[in-house]
Amino acid sequence: MTQHLIAGADVGGTFTDLVILDPATGDVRLAKVPTTLSPETGGQAGGVLAALDQSATPLETLALLVHGTTTTTNAVLERKLARTGLITTMGFRDILELGRRTRPNAYGMTGTFTPIIPRDLRLEVPERMDAQGRILTPLDEDALRKNVTKLAEMGCESLVIHFLHAYANPAHELRAAEIAAEIWPTKYITCGHALLSESREYERGVTAAVNASVQPLLERYIQSLATALRDRGYQNDLLVMNGNGGMVPAASVGAEAVKTVMSGPASGVMAAVATGRRAGIPNLITYDMGGTSTDVALIRGARAPVSNEIAVEYAMPIHVPMVDVRTVGAGGGSIARVDAGGMLRVGPHSAGSSPGPICYGLGGTEPTISDANLLLGRLPASRFGTHQTKLSAIFETKIGKPLGLTPEAAAEAVIRIANTHMAGAIRMVSLSLGADPRDYALFAFGGAGPLHATALAAELGIPRVLVPARPGMTNALGCVVADLRHDSVRTVNRPLDTVDMDHVHAILAEQISTGTARINAAGITLTKTNAELSADMQFIGQTHLLRVPLPSATPTREDLQARFEAAYHARFRVNLPTIRANLVNLNTSVIGQRPEMDLSRLIDPAGRLATPTPQSTRKVWFNGWVETPVFWRDHLPLAFSLYGPAIIEQMDTTTVIHPGCTVTSDSDGNLIIEVPHV
Amino acid sequence: MSESVPNMAKIDPITLAVIQAGLQQCCDEMDLTFSRAAFSPVIAEADDRSDGIYSATDGALIAQGARGLPVFVGTMQFSTRHIIERIARGETLPPEPGDIYIVNDPYLGGTHLMDVRFAMPFYREGRIYCWLSNTGHWPDTGGAVPGGFSASATAAEQEGLRLPPVKLFKKGVLDTEIWSIICSNIRVSEQRIGDVQAQASALLVGADRLTELLNRYSDATVSAAIAEIRTLAAKQMRAKIALIPEGTYHSKAFIDSDGVVNEPLTIALSVTRKADHLAFDFTGSSLPCAGPMNSVRATTFSSVYLALRHIFPDVPLSAGAFEPLGITGHEGTFLDAHYPRPVSGCAAEVSQRIAEAVFAALVQALPTQVTAAPAGTSGNFGLGGHDPEKGRDFVMYQISGGGYGGNSDHDGLSNGCSTIGISKAPPVEIMEQTFPVLYRRYALHEGSGGAGQHRGGFGLDYEVELLRGHARASFVMDHGRTGPQGAMGGSDGAVNRVEITRGGKVFTPEHLSKAQDIALNPGDSVRVRTPGGGGYGDPAKRDPALIAEDVRLGRYTAEQAERLFGKRD
Repeated sequence: MTQHLIAGADVGGTFTDLVILDPATGDVRLAKVPTTLSPETGGQAGGVLAALDQSATPLETLALLVHGTTTTTNAVLERKLARTGLITTMGFRDILELGRRTRPNAYGMTGTFTPIIPRDLRLEVPERMDAQGRILTPLDEDALRKNVTKLAEMGCESLVIHFLHAYANPAHELRAAEIAAEIWPTKYITCGHALLSESREYERGVTAAVNASVQPLLERYIQSLATALRDRGYQNDLLVMNGNGGMVPAASVGAEAVKTVMSGPASGVMAAVATGRRAGIPNLITYDMGGTSTDVALIRGARAPVSNEIAVEYAMPIHVPMVDVRTVGAGGGSIARVDAGGMLRVGPHSAGSSPGPICYGLGGTEPTISDANLLLGRLPASRFGTHQTKLSAIFETKIGKPLGLTPEAAAEAVIRIANTHMAGAIRMVSLSLGADPRDYALFAFGGAGPLHATALAAELGIPRVLVPARPGMTNALGCVVADLRHDSVRTVNRPLDTVDMDHVHAILAEQISTGTARINAAGITLTKTNAELSADMQFIGQTHLLRVPLPSATPTREDLQARFEAAYHARFRVNLPTIRANLVNLNTSVIGQRPEMDLSRLIDPAGRLATPTPQSTRKVWFNGWVETPVFWRDHLPLAFSLYGPAIIEQMDTTTVIHPGCTVTSDSDGNLIIEVPHV
Repeated sequence: MSESVPNMAKIDPITLAVIQAGLQQCCDEMDLTFSRAAFSPVIAEADDRSDGIYSATDGALIAQGARGLPVFVGTMQFSTRHIIERIARGETLPPEPGDIYIVNDPYLGGTHLMDVRFAMPFYREGRIYCWLSNTGHWPDTGGAVPGGFSASATAAEQEGLRLPPVKLFKKGVLDTEIWSIICSNIRVSEQRIGDVQAQASALLVGADRLTELLNRYSDATVSAAIAEIRTLAAKQMRAKIALIPEGTYHSKAFIDSDGVVNEPLTIALSVTRKADHLAFDFTGSSLPCAGPMNSVRATTFSSVYLALRHIFPDVPLSAGAFEPLGITGHEGTFLDAHYPRPVSGCAAEVSQRIAEAVFAALVQALPTQVTAAPAGTSGNFGLGGHDPEKGRDFVMYQISGGGYGGNSDHDGLSNGCSTIGISKAPPVEIMEQTFPVLYRRYALHEGSGGAGQHRGGFGLDYEVELLRGHARASFVMDHGRTGPQGAMGGSDGAVNRVEITRGGKVFTPEHLSKAQDIALNPGDSVRVRTPGGGGYGDPAKRDPALIAEDVRLGRYTAEQAERLFGKRD
């Protein structure tokens, strides 16, 4: 059998999705199975294997299997971590517990925080560098040996070595790691400077501690999966999706395990990048609305947004390059209520996935966004057990009566307010990244994204919505189409006028050659490799940074100052000709683009009809009940045009086309919805 | 603008909620613009700023940014009202489109001099529709000491340059004459133009967003919505007040000293809930003081508002929320100081003690919704001197957190932000890069959490040494004499402690938490232990397993645990 198929497998909280593509013919196979969440017993691996079974694909025919995983994310959020010890500078063992003196919410004096490593496993040794990297106190090697031994005896599996100012001079960390390696029973030793060579002891320490605490879990899981796949006939490297939207071979993923923390969301964004590129829509806002969260990312020029300053939850910053996906809401499970003042509110409380919305029939009693969609006929009643009359009664009692609205008007109000808040949050995300949402198209996916996308676009002034062929399998598709990627960051932090430009050019050249070598080492067919260069800059005296793209690896000083000033004016409408710039970081991302894949057969061409024919009609509420045609997505032809109102249903999502909107299909079968300007 | 709204039909609840969200986003965007474009780390990193929309007629708060500094929650409505009144009286030039007024006078609806307010009239069809205003903490506005926190000032003039409302921008153009006067009176003035542009830019962004909202929903509809939001916020606050059992609740809170006279200052508070009204009476509080721990009326009122918002975080920020509240008894006390009383401690310290008094009174009435007292000091520590290695002078400014109070559900958070702030503390590595200092430790203040069924959180224990050159240290902290109050039978948290090691000798400042101009040489050091939070509930009821866990983790010694929680099996 020839190895010709490319597979992407995404393990989510509820389902494991699999997309298998034949690059030569464009043929597609899909599978979706429930995820059994028990990483220790190989439950996640079980999900992937079950999905492969369902697809009936001989593993000998796979050229490549790429895997997106939530193993590390869940381990951090649930604090189900490997037992990890910390060795740090004398006087500083509490850094990981003290954080940056914050609180969870701006208002309210309650809340808790659990440090990633408990206090008894954080030990100190005499050693000290100053901020320039000069040794003030030499490393006490005897104390180090004693404490490393103690942590091993206390049952730690992973070790973090995190010293103050190690970014300026890593000598003590390197020497300590060398000594620890002689004693430590496992290979799991993480140095603070190795993942992130920048100042800020809390952020660097948390990043290292998270890496160490998830490393053994991720390696065990990936190795058990790789072994199971090999036993079943898969003959190539298993690749794992990284949080930066690139992928890494299974054998080396453990070394920088922290980088997989955003693996799932990153693959969704990569699918959007690839889909948008083929559709000729390079500027997209991704809008992924599921049952328990709504995530947003901004794609500019068909490039995934990557940030080094992601916080996975309160006081848990992870400063390695990761796709910048932001959670803006609680998803379809957001609870609606009328507050004491008589105002209608939606969220932030959520019914979660258990008991979930009323319509799940699992004991939920509070009206949610999903329930409102069902009541208004936007979701198909046939898919849920709960009767309209019961829902109607609950909306009437809890929302309609206090506001003097009918149940339908109450449900519509819930959706409108939810949309207003999501729109506001999306606007804030795009503005904080210096973009006007009206210049973008909305890429809607997830179970509930396409339900709300058209209304949301109208609210934001976004002219166009793209609903991909398989909105519920976007993350798995992202694994299939993602690029290879390697990011480098190097801190300079000097006034631009005193920077040695030859040094700048040398750093950029070195970043390009390292990244290129790493990408080529994966041994995967690439159509082209390019390096994206940028500088993080600020006016001297500022603390926030502005990222300035660089067109070449040999910029002049004047060029840097001019590009920064232009970018600053574009963002803030302010010119400050008397103040000079600081060069803070130089960044290089080397991206290996894989051959473009044919995505037109994600929906089976054989099932498409010649003309768009509604399979039924039903009453849907758009400012009143409207008899609305309902189409089955898989039956729509590749070229068609429809006017709203219309409902388009498919296996795992429903797309709502509002009155006044037009929907067409592109040659890949993406729905393109034109939203008239309000 | 209330007169311009004829008796119109009640606005539908959905449009109302949409407009409320729109006004909120307008303010959030102003906050974001201000922070991202600012130079001063106090604004850019510490978010010591706030932006809002205020009524054209009386300055009443219409909406304010969600991430604005809490202590500014009510102040700008007072300063905007002063501007409106002064214009009416002819004391301030009348506004024209594009004008932006600047004001930092504490006695005209402010806090301390460093909090500089901008106010811009927003026009629709030739008439002022509302005011947009913001406040930013400038790193210096002149005065006796760099940064403005003089612990021993006895008059406003020693604290800095005081500006009445004047037009800094006239028809959109910066008045370079006024600007040059300001620059000649403040330290490190070179970069302030960047902050001024950022502060003005935030207002312009707000104006753009508000214009879009008005164009979309019409001026009349938005006006009706604003009136309705105010009514609903009042209604919501009344519903919260109804949760409080009728009666009067008393509390006291103490400031260590005013920095000049070494005697404690007392905040005496009684809170009375009667029907749907909540009355705060400060009768019996100390007289105005000689040193800088006076408060001005706007800050006192704002402190009451922010404490209530910590208790009821879901009541929207609108003047309506303040309507059911009455504040009296402040006249003639140090909580309502007049010119020329010094006031630099009001925004950061007195405000937190007022909030503590509110918490201590209301925890008796709402034991499951209010916490024991949080650390309640910003821990201002200033160090100014000369760095011979860099060949320049420096002013270092350290803020620190402390333990939060326990509550009916869980232990207090350790090293939380000040009650009136929302900002992060700077990393040790950044401080050491920037200033000639070395931190000897940055650790949990062991043993500091107040005992209780749910104990208080722990404070911070840091020690900083001067490496080279020479410097002078100043402190404006508090809770050195008495710790943050426990509640419902819980014990107080540990007090704030300052220890200075100079020439090998260790001493504590006379005023415990306040001192000015202590000369330091290389090798000298300052150690600060910040307060722990108050405990909640009877310590004897604490789960023995939790006590054992705290001892195992070294948060208390075994002896401390036995002394604080009693002997346990």
